[in-house]
Amino acid sequence: MSTEFQSKIHETLGDARLQLAIYTATGRLKDKRTENVADDVLPDYQELRTQANALKKHAIDNLDHYLEEFEHNVEAHGGKVVYCKDANDVADFVLGLAKERGSKLIVKSKSMTTEEIDLNERLEHHGLEAVETDLGEYILQLAHEKPYHIVAPALHKTRYDVAELFTRELKVPEETVPEKQTAIARAVLREKFLAADIGISGANFLVADSGAVVIVENEGNARLTTSAPKIHIAVAGIEKIVPRAQDLATFLKLLARSATGQLLSVYTSFLSGPKRPGEVDGPDEFYVVLLDNGRTKLLPDRAKRQSLYCIRCGACLNTCPVYRKIGGHSFPWVYSGPIGAILTPQFMGVSHEPGLPFASSLCGACGEVCPVKIDIPKILLELRSDVKKSETREKLNRLEKLSFRVFAWLMTHPRMFEFAGRMGAAIAPSGDGKWIRSVPAPMSVGPVAAWLSQRDLPPPPTKSFREMWRQR
Amino acid sequence: MPKRVSLFVTCIVDQLFPKVGMAMAEVLERLGYKVDFPENQTCCGQPAFNSGYREEARTIARHFLRTFEASELIVVPSGSCTSMVTHHFGELFHKEPETLARVHALEQRVYEFSTFLTSVAGVDDVGARLNEVVTFHDGCHALRELGIKSAPRRLLANVRGLELREMLPAEECCGFGGTFSVKFAELSGAMARTKIEAIERTGATSVVSLDPSCLMQIQGALSRAGSPIRTIHLAEVLASR
Repeated sequence: MSTEFQSKIHETLGDARLQLAIYTATGRLKDKRTENVADDVLPDYQELRTQANALKKHAIDNLDHYLEEFEHNVEAHGGKVVYCKDANDVADFVLGLAKERGSKLIVKSKSMTTEEIDLNERLEHHGLEAVETDLGEYILQLAHEKPYHIVAPALHKTRYDVAELFTRELKVPEETVPEKQTAIARAVLREKFLAADIGISGANFLVADSGAVVIVENEGNARLTTSAPKIHIAVAGIEKIVPRAQDLATFLKLLARSATGQLLSVYTSFLSGPKRPGEVDGPDEFYVVLLDNGRTKLLPDRAKRQSLYCIRCGACLNTCPVYRKIGGHSFPWVYSGPIGAILTPQFMGVSHEPGLPFASSLCGACGEVCPVKIDIPKILLELRSDVKKSETREKLNRLEKLSFRVFAWLMTHPRMFEFAGRMGAAIAPSGDGKWIRSVPAPMSVGPVAAWLSQRDLPPPPTKSFREMWRQR
Repeated sequence: MPKRVSLFVTCIVDQLFPKVGMAMAEVLERLGYKVDFPENQTCCGQPAFNSGYREEARTIARHFLRTFEASELIVVPSGSCTSMVTHHFGELFHKEPETLARVHALEQRVYEFSTFLTSVAGVDDVGARLNEVVTFHDGCHALRELGIKSAPRRLLANVRGLELREMLPAEECCGFGGTFSVKFAELSGAMARTKIEAIERTGATSVVSLDPSCLMQIQGALSRAGSPIRTIHLAEVLASR
């Protein structure tokens, strides 16, 4: 595990204000979700999950087919599909188009996919202004931070943090009332919407049979982003495809409930193509960027492929006892929480942060709330095995490997196991039947020291079970 | 003729909490079972499996198979170790059809203790008495992998003198997680302290669970915090009279 990962965890755990902010915010989302998927509110919730899983499985298993169908239908509506291999491809496309059209200002609506490829930074590097218009994302852009959470990017910021930030960055008087803070941001962002040349959005779903990009949101900024500027570019990972418009009946029932506990998000936009002749609203040009960026690498592995079913609802983050302690920025990539713990090693390679799949108690809460039934704990276990295989190849962590060999040997030699157990009990402090707070220095190493850093150890019993059993 | 059951007491009960195993045997015998303890037993291999060492886990799983194949019914005082056998052994041997067949034959005979009592023995009341206010901690693997929720509660509801107070949130992990507890000790400790707050809010004097490893984590943290609350395994509650 990297020291960076360790120290970020340590810092977050030590920050009482942050601990409270994360726990409260995720707790609220978690409770609202639970309320709105309850039996009396949504009796067919489990059936919907099964159906969503089957639909995603079918779509991912037949990705090539549905992507072509989607492309065909987008183009039939006068839009254009652009396939991009990676971050550079996307930046090149946007920069090229901006140059051709003489565009300077870009408004953006919330998109984890563009975060994944650092699109803003790349565009700004080439002299374009890209402004986030989702309130949370806007706050983070002002603070020069990455999203803390897939759905609630500024979840870690209190209103007092925001007040301070707005005063510093926007030169406005300090304002701590959230509604008034929203009005401040809105005033700035409205001007940007009116002046923007290009709007860049993400996509929640790409519908193959109708060539539509579906976006769900609560603030209305995505609708403005995709309709006010003359050019709309939707950037989406290829896994966002769903076969038919009717499949949305399943996904839309699950997405908002799982994400924020809403029955439906405030706005659900179906965007298919540019403005038609005679229409008043909508962009003149409509592009859908289909991004791979490592997704096709996941396809050959039948077990782990299901990681691509994710609809980015964030329910696994809110319910995860680990995320609720270490927060989003402890994670090594933009995707945090349980889903981040399985996506990151698969996209970036297991050595990117070898400790990541191990940062879980394997409690299974993530798998239980996943609306598309991704078996996250199972994938974590497989990734742990992948990490160890890679370490063995690289001749890393050899002491641990050796200890597990010894462990396996002991556990297949019952008499030696018993002997080792008695030896351990003999040298351990007795604690006089009380739980042990500390052990002599030579013993206070490795796992024992780690355990004792937080908890007491059980005193060794005078007899093991097998001894008691023999003597009874 | 009384029915036979074999105990798989788990390595942690064998080495650290032998009284839990004895209590389990006592309850089973009281119900008329003939109890045996296959001496070759050691561990289910979960520590190796969860740490990514599948070859080592397979070695231990094979030993488990050899040890228990002759047993008719196997009872385990842990949801987590039960789940390792019934839910994860299969993953270990998916490339060895013959071993896999043996695993599938065995896994149907392996029961977590409370499930064994309510589903196999068919009893909700074992005639126990314990004058205590307790709260119940759901072990995550018991709850989410084995779907155990009502069995221990039904058993506790029939213990004379016992009052069960549910904690809120009830289903949150105690932070043990096997090697996680030492690899991410500080994080694991923080999770345990959150759990303890939920336990304390109930006003209970004891925490009951069917998983000894959760109880070790919780008791370790309670003891460190100087709390008088004690942990007690479900088997020990049911053996009290």
